[in-house]
Amino acid sequence: MIIIKQNKCDYCGCCVGVCPVNCIELKEAAIEIKYDICIDCDLCVFVCPIDVLMTEHESDFQKV
Amino acid sequence: MNLISKKFDCIIVGGGPAGSTFADIASQNGLSVLVLEKDREIGVPVRCGEAVSDKGLRIFHSVEKEWINSIITRIRLVAPNETAIEFDLNESGYILDRKIFDLALAKKAEDNGAIIKTEAYVNGLIFDEDKVVGVTGEYQGESFSLTAKIIVGADGVESRVGRWAGLSTHVKLKDMESAIQKTVTGIDVENHIFEFYLSRNWAPGGYLWVFPKGKRSANIGLAISGLYAKEGKSAYKYLQEFLNRKYPNVSTQTIIAGGVPVAKTVKNMVTEGLMLVGDAAHTVNPMTGGGIISGMRSGLLAAETAVSVIKSGQNPTKKYLQKYEKEWHKIGGKNHEKFYRIKESIFRFEDKDLNRIADGIADIPENKRSLFKLFSIAVAKKPSLLLDVARLFAGL
Repeated sequence: MIIIKQNKCDYCGCCVGVCPVNCIELKEAAIEIKYDICIDCDLCVFVCPIDVLMTEHESDFQKV
Repeated sequence: MNLISKKFDCIIVGGGPAGSTFADIASQNGLSVLVLEKDREIGVPVRCGEAVSDKGLRIFHSVEKEWINSIITRIRLVAPNETAIEFDLNESGYILDRKIFDLALAKKAEDNGAIIKTEAYVNGLIFDEDKVVGVTGEYQGESFSLTAKIIVGADGVESRVGRWAGLSTHVKLKDMESAIQKTVTGIDVENHIFEFYLSRNWAPGGYLWVFPKGKRSANIGLAISGLYAKEGKSAYKYLQEFLNRKYPNVSTQTIIAGGVPVAKTVKNMVTEGLMLVGDAAHTVNPMTGGGIISGMRSGLLAAETAVSVIKSGQNPTKKYLQKYEKEWHKIGGKNHEKFYRIKESIFRFEDKDLNRIADGIADIPENKRSLFKLFSIAVAKKPSLLLDVARLFAGL
């Protein structure tokens, strides 16, 4: 599952552009992932310029 | 929204340069036009290096002083080994103030009769069988649905309008540049020089730029290819590294992130009742990453087609709207494909290739340097570039 650090997001839309299944929605100051559609391809994580998107694994790692 | 009773010829989703140019041309020619912008203000936030050429800008407008932060007359390319190559630009360039520029473009459209609404969030399309006939969304806390003869998706790299209509606008990872930029102050840079750093260390699969904005201020940013971003180091980290090493004492005014689609133009720029312009249609020059002029050009061409279709009483079917697609390919599309191939080659250069090219150019007296010369030397190192470049220059 992709984790979003909302307070760090700049809402640039990079992740929306690469999402192959159109499951990310960008509002003025929020991004939302439709997890039922998301295929966990992680392209949005790779492309995020400021590390706002993380895989669950990375997020767990950071907590530790 | 209280505009619900009004019938529009065109509804444009997105109020950037491409959307505003469409609105401007369409309303100038007597069409009723509504622009829906999701953000609170036109031009904010800026997601752009803000560089543009004088020649490009003049295709559309006479240049107004207040749009310009600085005038650029020279270019400096810095190779991985720090060899710097400088030469004069044949034509001047500008660093725009995009906030003022975007607002001025929207104002021009408004003066011609276009209606512009900000904070208008579009969340879907309305279909009549397979034809797009309107948009749904939220405005000031209320839902709306509006119909129009033609819907225009000018909704940027994050475009969803095209996808809702079944057009494939998603950007492949290798064609998405993950970009970051800081506007910094307290920096000593030369005021009339575009500076580019080319190196896998600074910006793999892209480049790093230092664009002076006047008053000891500059846009410093970089873009890395999604392919390299996959290795786990984000654009932000690359930029921090550069700043720590080169400009450790500057103050940051703003920081922005962004995605630049350095891709081929989308296969279908139109469908039944719908047109795509600007970043949404991948009109960014894939070699330079510059998208302002090409976006405006697509807005202009799309509007010309919309005007001719609506005024002649034709139905805005895919077949008629495809005139825009044809015009796009006639005017810039072929070069666009060539720029794409050159990008593919150049971004594959290893640092040692770039060093050799830079050292080769450094030996040429400055008054004989040009972008063409640079290409020639690049071609000598990578002969497959030759065909593309030859085709490109022959086609100009």
